[in-house]
Amino acid sequence: MPAVQEQSAGTLLERYAGNLTQTPLLCEEEPMDPADVTRDIKRADLLQMYYYLRLTRALEDRVTALYRQGRIVGGVYTSHGMEAIAVGYASALERNDVIAPFHRDMGAFLIRGFTPGEVLAQYLGKRTGPTKGKDGNVHMGDLKRGMIGFVSHLADNLPVATGVALAFKIRGERRVAFTGTGDGGTSRGDFHEAMNFAAVRKLPVVLFCNNNQYAYSTPQRLQMAIHDVVDRAKAYGMPGEIVDGNDVAAVYLASKRAIELARAGGGPTFLEFKTMRMHGHSEHDPAKYVPRKLLEEWKKKDPILKAEQLLVQLGYGDDAYFHEVGERVKKEVEAGLEFAEQSPLPEGPEVLEGVFAEKADSY
Amino acid sequence: MTTETVQRQQEVTYLEAISQALDEEMTRDERVFLMGEDIGTYGGAFKITEGFMAKYGEWRVIDTPLAESGFVGAAIGAAMMGLRPVVEMQFADFISCAFDQITEVAAKNHYRWGAAVPMVIRAPFGGGVHGGPFHSECPEGWFFHSPGLKIVAPSTPYDAKGLLKAAIRDPNPVLYFEHKFLYRRIKAVLPSEDYIVPIGKADVKRAGNDISLITYGAMVHLALEAAELLAQEGIDLEVVDLRTLIPLDKDRVYESVRKTSKAILLHEDNKTGGIGAEIAALLAEDCFDHLDGPVLRIAPPDTPVPFSTPLEEYFRPKVSDIATAARKLAAY
Repeated sequence: MPAVQEQSAGTLLERYAGNLTQTPLLCEEEPMDPADVTRDIKRADLLQMYYYLRLTRALEDRVTALYRQGRIVGGVYTSHGMEAIAVGYASALERNDVIAPFHRDMGAFLIRGFTPGEVLAQYLGKRTGPTKGKDGNVHMGDLKRGMIGFVSHLADNLPVATGVALAFKIRGERRVAFTGTGDGGTSRGDFHEAMNFAAVRKLPVVLFCNNNQYAYSTPQRLQMAIHDVVDRAKAYGMPGEIVDGNDVAAVYLASKRAIELARAGGGPTFLEFKTMRMHGHSEHDPAKYVPRKLLEEWKKKDPILKAEQLLVQLGYGDDAYFHEVGERVKKEVEAGLEFAEQSPLPEGPEVLEGVFAEKADSY
Repeated sequence: MTTETVQRQQEVTYLEAISQALDEEMTRDERVFLMGEDIGTYGGAFKITEGFMAKYGEWRVIDTPLAESGFVGAAIGAAMMGLRPVVEMQFADFISCAFDQITEVAAKNHYRWGAAVPMVIRAPFGGGVHGGPFHSECPEGWFFHSPGLKIVAPSTPYDAKGLLKAAIRDPNPVLYFEHKFLYRRIKAVLPSEDYIVPIGKADVKRAGNDISLITYGAMVHLALEAAELLAQEGIDLEVVDLRTLIPLDKDRVYESVRKTSKAILLHEDNKTGGIGAEIAALLAEDCFDHLDGPVLRIAPPDTPVPFSTPLEEYFRPKVSDIATAARKLAAY
């Protein structure tokens, strides 16, 4: 009946509007104690993380600009404002650990040795990109560098990562798998099946949620009836932790703890990195559904800004140093773009190559 | 004959052939491990892995939670790292829960970013066992349309063992459709030495000159029965067992059809959009000049597999269906 429909639609809209007007989900974590940081993170590691934050930002800003100029076709999914998550966790892993990243984890690719040139070649559909033009943007991987290729069906790679961890366990290797999805992805069955299997078999895997508060346009409150995604971990008998996803030192330290627990045979941990998606879902999306006030609040918590404040506080860096790093990453991105633009496109018949494997190696 | 020779020449069932293949491959290659529901302590719903857990331990015979997508995904991850998982679907019907992992992840990983996924999914399929709509399905058609997967469906104990070994040694995801109607109904003496049946090779199970009857799985036995009946009427059927659905052995199919000039396609999967439809199209494209009559299909109607005996009997292809089609085609 129309009246009932109207009422339920109104209720839904009210809930939706509520999300826009109520206090935004700001992460009210206590800032890191500098003493903890200096005790647990080496100066060189922190400076390297700062470099990767800047490189990620510079590279993805360049990609966004290329998209707006019409030089990149297809989707552009950036980690703008969320760079600290991938940079933090990938820095906490050992080289032979394996990452099955979320699609806003560019920093993990860069830390694993994907060059800006390769990434830009991938975006431009060039043969020199990691997928040789077979797939685009962040859908790339390389088992030699311990990176599992991202699948658009969110949370699909979580069960896959549990299998990576299962292989480590069967072979008796002290290696860890690290994987995650967004707040939206935690609604999928594969998220739950992976969490459950990892916990039942006590597998060496760390699972995270990049909680950037929106699944495309749908706010968290229309995705789930809980306030903190970390609550999902309880159902699987798994430890969970809320982490300030915009603080690279906090992400690094929480990841390190979870990784070492997994490596020692203590099983999986679930980490909820609270953050905010500062751009649209993809660059075509102006994200008008996100209240501007929310973005203004989160801009003050920008991960690069926070890292700089920490470095100044610790006496590890100053404006001149930050400027120098900025110049360095800009040059690297421009050199990468030159490489990508000069690279050949694939030829049409290459579409037929690679459906089946001729061999399968061990990693 | 010594006792040893007698034992070696003992007949084994289709089910035992599958079990032997798994056992021998796990002994040969320590990378091979099994995952599935109730396969460990219980030995599997059909007892194919009975005793395996005691022999190989709980990390090579893994009882999983009831979560097909989750454990197929885990098998994909383990395979990419270099292990050789063999996953058991308790019934092929439940493979739909893992459809996304199979078609989007396993099938596309090598093409997209060069990651080989050497794994096998065993799927007990087919009807004739009073299983009803959720324990009788033939879901091979869904995957036949997904590039990146190999699909096999053996009809004899010899092929069952040889194809499973070949599937385990293949660097790609292989769907292994084993017909549960055949599990304990057919027996054969198998070679004592190690052997494989290569993926991608059809096999002529009965040579004949008049009509090519192209089929796979349990329908091979129906085809052979029909061939004996029709031989008495002077119609000489050639029974081609596809054995592998992807990659399809077009050469062997074409060779047979170019000889007989007539073709009937028989399968237990639904008719519309099935494997028979694809082969009919291929014959039209590539063998048109050799055909002396229409390409005919024999397959169940486009309905779910029904439970009640008369309904299922009506649903499944019968010897009389083949005889009717063959007589019609023989008249051309």
